[in-house]
Amino acid sequence: MSEHDHPHDDGGHHDLPTAARVRRLEERLIAAGLTSDQEIDAYLATLYASASPVNGARMAARAWTDPAYRELLLSDGNAAAAESGFGQLSYQLRVVENTRVAHNVIVCTLCSCYPVSLLGPSPGWYKSFAYRSRTVREPRSVLAEFGVTLPADTRISVWDSTSEARYMVLPVRPAGTEGMSAADLAGLVTLNGLIGTALV
Amino acid sequence: MSYAPGDRVRARAGDPAHHTRVPRYVRGHAGEVVALLGNWALPDASVVGVSQPETCYAVRFAAADLFGSGDHTVTVDLWESYLERA
Repeated sequence: MSEHDHPHDDGGHHDLPTAARVRRLEERLIAAGLTSDQEIDAYLATLYASASPVNGARMAARAWTDPAYRELLLSDGNAAAAESGFGQLSYQLRVVENTRVAHNVIVCTLCSCYPVSLLGPSPGWYKSFAYRSRTVREPRSVLAEFGVTLPADTRISVWDSTSEARYMVLPVRPAGTEGMSAADLAGLVTLNGLIGTALV
Repeated sequence: MSYAPGDRVRARAGDPAHHTRVPRYVRGHAGEVVALLGNWALPDASVVGVSQPETCYAVRFAAADLFGSGDHTVTVDLWESYLERA
């Protein structure tokens, strides 16, 4: 493969498919005796058997219908997750609340951190260079591309997940849902809503 | 040195030769501590096998300060070693 095949290559590895890069890393770790295929498979099976945006949606819907739970969710996300039966999280969960005048959106500019056990596997766009670099700089434009057009006076807060904390957005409860059960409300909440790239 | 919510802090401006978790776009910029998150191992030390727990803070920056435009804020989690009083 000559250099001329990849005139825009900026570092020598971006043109390799991600899966191949991951596999090479796995092989190095296995060769070094640090892990095994069996261990990796078992970890992924455990993680993805229970990790789903349904979990985060249930927490959001419960917060809409139970004021005490909402307080707990916003002050101690880990306690709220345990209260909802999701056990002890391996990270510190911080939940940020949208209102009619304030909108939150989550990003990880360093990699693609987010609360996987409550949101499920992260979408491809969440890991993209475009989302990660543009969201901190021009969130209003990025949100508009997701179909979220906010009033000009809505305050936008971007949260860059650079530490051991993981962020989740509590969306605004949609109008016209009075009387709906928490279970039915949970069905309205999307993964994008919990990241902040959708209103709900 | 430790900080409290409301304190003005500045992210270290330097570009270290080692792994760090200070995003380039906040380096040298001042923001406000909005929360103390926890006492966690400093990644810059962990990467060379040293456990150096210290306080990590959520620090809020004005986009206009970071980028010269924008009316939003960006909140970044930064370990104590990454900060100095502004």
